[in-house]
Amino acid sequence: MSHHEHDAAAAHDDHDHKPYGWKRWVYATNHKDIGTMYLVFACIMFFVGGSMALVIRLELFQPGLQFVDPAIFNEMTTVHALLMIFGAVMPAWTGLANWLIPMQVGAPDMALPRLNNFSFWILPFAFMLLIGSLFVPGGGPAGGWTLYPPLVLQGGDSLPMAIFAIHMMGASSILGAINVIVTIMNMRAPGVGLLNMPLFVWTWLITAYLLIAVMPVLAGAVTMLLTDHFFGTSFFSAAGGGDPVMFQHIFWFFGHPEVYILILPAFGIVSEIIPTFSRKPLFGYESMVYASASIAFLSFIVWAHHMFTVGMPLAGQMFFMLSTMLIAIPTGVKVFNWCATMWRGSLTFETPMLFALAFLFLFTCGGFSGLMLAIAPADFQYHDTYFVVAHFHYVLVPGSIFTIMAAVYYWLPKWTGRMYDETLGKWHFWLSAIGVNVLFFPQHFLGLAGMPRRIPDYSVQFSDWNMVSSIGAFIFGFSQLLFVYVVVKAVRSGAKAPARPWEGAHGLEWELPTPAPYHSWTEPPSPALIARGAEH
Amino acid sequence: MLNFARPFVADSGWHLLNMTQGVTDLSKKIYDLHMMVFWVCAVIAVIVYGVMVIALVKFRRSNGAKPDTKMVHSTKAEILWTAAPTIILIVMAIPAARVLIDIEDTRGTQMTLKVTGYQWKWQYEYLDEGFSFFSTLSARSNEARQLQSGIDPGSVENYLLDVDNEVVVPTGTKVRLLLTAQDVIHAWWIPAFGMKKDAIPGFVNEMWFKVDTDKPGTYRGQCVELCGRDHGFMPIVVRAVSMDEYKAWAAERKAALAPPPADPAEAAPTADPNAPATASVAAPVARG
Repeated sequence: MSHHEHDAAAAHDDHDHKPYGWKRWVYATNHKDIGTMYLVFACIMFFVGGSMALVIRLELFQPGLQFVDPAIFNEMTTVHALLMIFGAVMPAWTGLANWLIPMQVGAPDMALPRLNNFSFWILPFAFMLLIGSLFVPGGGPAGGWTLYPPLVLQGGDSLPMAIFAIHMMGASSILGAINVIVTIMNMRAPGVGLLNMPLFVWTWLITAYLLIAVMPVLAGAVTMLLTDHFFGTSFFSAAGGGDPVMFQHIFWFFGHPEVYILILPAFGIVSEIIPTFSRKPLFGYESMVYASASIAFLSFIVWAHHMFTVGMPLAGQMFFMLSTMLIAIPTGVKVFNWCATMWRGSLTFETPMLFALAFLFLFTCGGFSGLMLAIAPADFQYHDTYFVVAHFHYVLVPGSIFTIMAAVYYWLPKWTGRMYDETLGKWHFWLSAIGVNVLFFPQHFLGLAGMPRRIPDYSVQFSDWNMVSSIGAFIFGFSQLLFVYVVVKAVRSGAKAPARPWEGAHGLEWELPTPAPYHSWTEPPSPALIARGAEH
Repeated sequence: MLNFARPFVADSGWHLLNMTQGVTDLSKKIYDLHMMVFWVCAVIAVIVYGVMVIALVKFRRSNGAKPDTKMVHSTKAEILWTAAPTIILIVMAIPAARVLIDIEDTRGTQMTLKVTGYQWKWQYEYLDEGFSFFSTLSARSNEARQLQSGIDPGSVENYLLDVDNEVVVPTGTKVRLLLTAQDVIHAWWIPAFGMKKDAIPGFVNEMWFKVDTDKPGTYRGQCVELCGRDHGFMPIVVRAVSMDEYKAWAAERKAALAPPPADPAEAAPTADPNAPATASVAAPVARG
């Protein structure tokens, strides 16, 4: 295999030969170009979805309806969630996978470059369809991102548009996942064994299997919605012998693994960044791999904890409560290993490390509220309140989003050959970290005090904490513009980056010249390089 | 448009930080469970965050810390921090399982109330008494909640948590709710009673509550499953009174109210004529 790979690599010569202008992007087959497109796309969706969140927080700043009709409010909550999950976080992970996996496993490119092009270019059309559905007769999708029937079937023309958009996003994710699996399984340089791959590669491998397992389930569920609405089936209608709760079971069989699709690559990133800035290899590498795999397995048997209130038999509630609590064990192992990595290290606090540390503190906080939510009797109080909103935003914003930003700061010097402005990066960090806590921490109080989620207006006893939360939202939202400024400034006029901007960094990607060449490893890395890179 | 004076009105919520203990035996058990899990998490948090903070302070390079690059693995530590959480989880699971069993124990109910969710109101049928009524958002709240109504929500008593017809139940009585819905899924919740459950079209769900004899009063809640445009505007108000007062109220109600319409679907606006006619299900199936 290595011989074949070498030939393939030699067929390209060292001159880039990249097409210029629009062709470079539309016909892109290069993993770095495609990775860049994924990341830029994710960033745009992050701002579109974020603006919708600001509409929500603006309306919730005070009791009474000041700005939007409740129907528009419901569209905002629905489309905000779909954009952030499918448009921002998932494409950002695929973008990082594209950039990093070939460099980290010693490959010249992704295994399936044309598939790679296709899986990216599906996305802009999918999201044009989804965002376009906001403007059709009958209003945009407003049944919540969970798409529960019968409510979702009351949608107008937006329903089939949103469903086709979800089909396309799903197809894109599956193709991306196939590419990641084939690359990791077949394109590792000789000598890069499974158990000395960087943890980001490992967590993405597991994520890719999760994607292939559950995206078709989502596609099936939404297709049944489509046939119920247009072709007279009654999968989810009791009048025809169906069951609306069956949709929830199918949806969450997809939805819970999806949660780990959004967070597992973050575990990988943090496992790269914390060792670098602790100047010490990752503690318990193998247990980290096993913990990630255990979390992925458990994610398939806990889905109904999202629906404790639908009226399940006692045995069912018991099973889903206990299996959900089990997830705390491998997650705890990961947190303890990260702590042990820092212990007796030599720590410095550059921007990527700051974001990784915020992940560690705040994801753990989201883990605690997750454990509370797992307790079924208590969940009867928490369910569908702002406590849940606080919980999943703690694991998704400081969990996934902060880690994506940490990754961009961390690898940007290698990608572009230029350093970002450390002072501005730290400003961005502190504004984000303070903003996110002011935004989401009070939502725990609101939920416990009894404020339901997905309501456009509320009773006056919820006023104070809603106002605080909205102020936090605006601090957090606008400080993300600083992120774009820092990245653009670095790319255009940043100081020249050394080949090893971080003295503690290990991994094959740091053995490439800076900026990384257009075709990553045209020759497989030597055993000496692999040995040096593999010092986790 | 924004009224910046509003948040300084008293009772706008700074003090609301925790779950209510509620007024039923179950709600207190749930509260105790919640606090137990909270304190367990708090203790773990102090230890884990403590370790993190010590590491951040003690092992800074600026303090001259030298990395110990040999400290990369310890089977003992891995076993310890797998086993310890497992034991803690078992300790939490036992009381949680007990409360769950208590919640599901529907034996010995003394009265039954059928609750039907509609877009966007609730219908209550007193099956033992043979009368029923609808309960919708109070007119005053409804006026104030319109877009740019110009009415200060603070001036409306129980803004968004007030209805035209309250549910009345006796205290000290195990009340069984049979929950269903006519159009889409709704969910019935009063925080002070501790429980919420979905009302699903075509199916009947069951839950119960028993308000403490010494806790008569008016208790308020809301629909908690997204059910369309006015999801935020279908509150639930229950007045718990002594058995004697309840009997007097029920007698008065029976006299005042005509029997329920034969087909409640006629009274309910159906939002989408194309939607499958869930309303026509005559005999809902019991769930779970």
